[in-house]
Amino acid sequence: MGSYVVHRLVLFIPTLLLVSLIVFVVMRIMPGDPALLILLGEGEGTYTPQELDNLRHKLGTNRPILEQYVTWIWGVAQGDLGRSLWDNSPVMRQIQDRLPVTLQLAAMAIVVAALVAVPIGMLSAVKQDSWIDNTTRVFTIFGVAAPPFWVGILTIVFLAKVFHWLPPLDYAHPWVDPWRNLQQLIFPTLVLAYYEMAFLARVTRSATLEVLREDYVRTARAKGLMERFVLFRHVLANCILPVLTVSSWQFGRLMGGAVLIEAIFLVPGTGSLLIDSLYRRDFPIIQALILLAAIIVLVSNMVVDLLYGFIDPRIRYSEA
Amino acid sequence: MVWPGKRSKANSPSLTSPATVPVEAADIAIGKTHSTVAQGLIRFCKRKPLGAVGGAILVLLVLVAVLAPVVAPHDPYQPNAAAIYAVPGSTYPLGADEAGRDVMSRLCYGARISLYVSLLSVLIGITIGSLLGILSAYLGGWFDLILQRIIDALMAFPTIILALGIMAVLGASVHNVILALICVIVPGTARTVRSQALSIKALDYITAASALGGTHGRIICRHIVPNLLSMCLILGTLQLGLAILTESSLSFLGVGVPPDVPTWGGMLREAARAFVGVAPWLAIFPGLTIALAVFGVNLLGDALRDVLDPRLRSDGGATQSGIET
Repeated sequence: MGSYVVHRLVLFIPTLLLVSLIVFVVMRIMPGDPALLILLGEGEGTYTPQELDNLRHKLGTNRPILEQYVTWIWGVAQGDLGRSLWDNSPVMRQIQDRLPVTLQLAAMAIVVAALVAVPIGMLSAVKQDSWIDNTTRVFTIFGVAAPPFWVGILTIVFLAKVFHWLPPLDYAHPWVDPWRNLQQLIFPTLVLAYYEMAFLARVTRSATLEVLREDYVRTARAKGLMERFVLFRHVLANCILPVLTVSSWQFGRLMGGAVLIEAIFLVPGTGSLLIDSLYRRDFPIIQALILLAAIIVLVSNMVVDLLYGFIDPRIRYSEA
Repeated sequence: MVWPGKRSKANSPSLTSPATVPVEAADIAIGKTHSTVAQGLIRFCKRKPLGAVGGAILVLLVLVAVLAPVVAPHDPYQPNAAAIYAVPGSTYPLGADEAGRDVMSRLCYGARISLYVSLLSVLIGITIGSLLGILSAYLGGWFDLILQRIIDALMAFPTIILALGIMAVLGASVHNVILALICVIVPGTARTVRSQALSIKALDYITAASALGGTHGRIICRHIVPNLLSMCLILGTLQLGLAILTESSLSFLGVGVPPDVPTWGGMLREAARAFVGVAPWLAIFPGLTIALAVFGVNLLGDALRDVLDPRLRSDGGATQSGIET
């Protein structure tokens, strides 16, 4: 087990460095000169060569690229993500403000999705080709195809038209005002959860179908176990692995995929920060958020890989 | 006729298991060996009615896109003060928007951009991804190791975040959207094709071909590529859904296709900005069109996967379509 963990961690670090390198190349080198961008961004677009030189010196963009990268990544490792081009505030503080909101939204969505998806996916598989199965399949196929941002808009229209109610606009901290916080986040959560649930239910269904054909399920039935027992002790335990993989992958993706939903429901998370920064061409923030999204995906993938080792002994032994 | 490996046992990583020869299956399925293409199509429709429906939706949308000037009842660009927020009816089948432009005509013209962007990016993305995957599997060694680590890194970025980042740097334009979508499609394709190519490379007939003195180029072109074609078709179809969704998301955010061109996502953006409460059809129909397109493509892709390559199905159909949706 120990060597398995070490093996995973050793693979993790080079990938992390590569991710940061990609972000650096795409965000720092391709857009051109950040100093020029700041000076031109300040309105009239006039500047003296002296100002440009000073700013380049201040930002460090006149140094060799490799040195810039090392300086940047060293800063990132120490929690210094640079400053916003827009209001000169530290990027780290902006992210500290916004990240908990997105984390809460993604966590709520994935929990709701899993709680609905696993039972209906299993039910759909057990009652294969019945009307329950067919209804579930149509429901989930539509959920996978319907763009979440469209479902989000329709939800708002529906709430406004039918209930003459819209979620409160100013964000409330869950510890300060949990009821208001829930009012704000419940609908974005449900919209995100529907999309993820649809996909997860399809995965659960196919995983359950596979497991139902296994010899040990036949044995369990043959020795006279109650169907309920077969389903919970044997089928559920074995189809949980693919479900876990997919939901961790979804969690990572939700951190990014919540972008549009946050924008529509005006949730002040990292997603709406990304959109705002995109319109302002605030590259330090965009860069930090993209890096953050990738790190969250990598970490959640790794956590699941490690969990695998605990849940499924077969993996532990074959890797070691 | 026996379909190879209709459903292999769970937990067996079927991509690495010795492959049966899929070329024959693919040829039979699309009707090359024993029948004409038309007969193959009919058989596909009978075996997979849902897949055929998906294919029909896709063909219909392509036809609408190509024939947009003929099909569209009105000029999609011409504002009409008399028709602002016109209710769906006989003159404006799906209503009119805040400038009095016909929603249906704009949807028809929107199909041009959405399908052009997604089809082209999938075509290029799948080609590049497959080439990289084949080379990675065939050459192995350092090339494989480094390429796979780069792919690991690229796959860590959530689709929409990667696309947004690229668009932020490049700026909004049709061709930049295509470029961003290619960057999204290539890594997953290269990864999947590589694992498939690895299992083909291990087969006896490849060893035989190289023992007979076949050059690398000949082995790749004559033996490996044909065996991967059906898989590329499946991957491409499933990626198409992702491409349509991502393109509309980018246009919805206003960083994709420039707003003066009608797109499905762009129409939703305008709808969300205008008072949707006044004219809900502005939000309903573009979204429904996107959903219909993705729905059709997914149905077709699932059916193709079942028919052309049953082995892909058993090995976590999850992870497969997971990349795509």
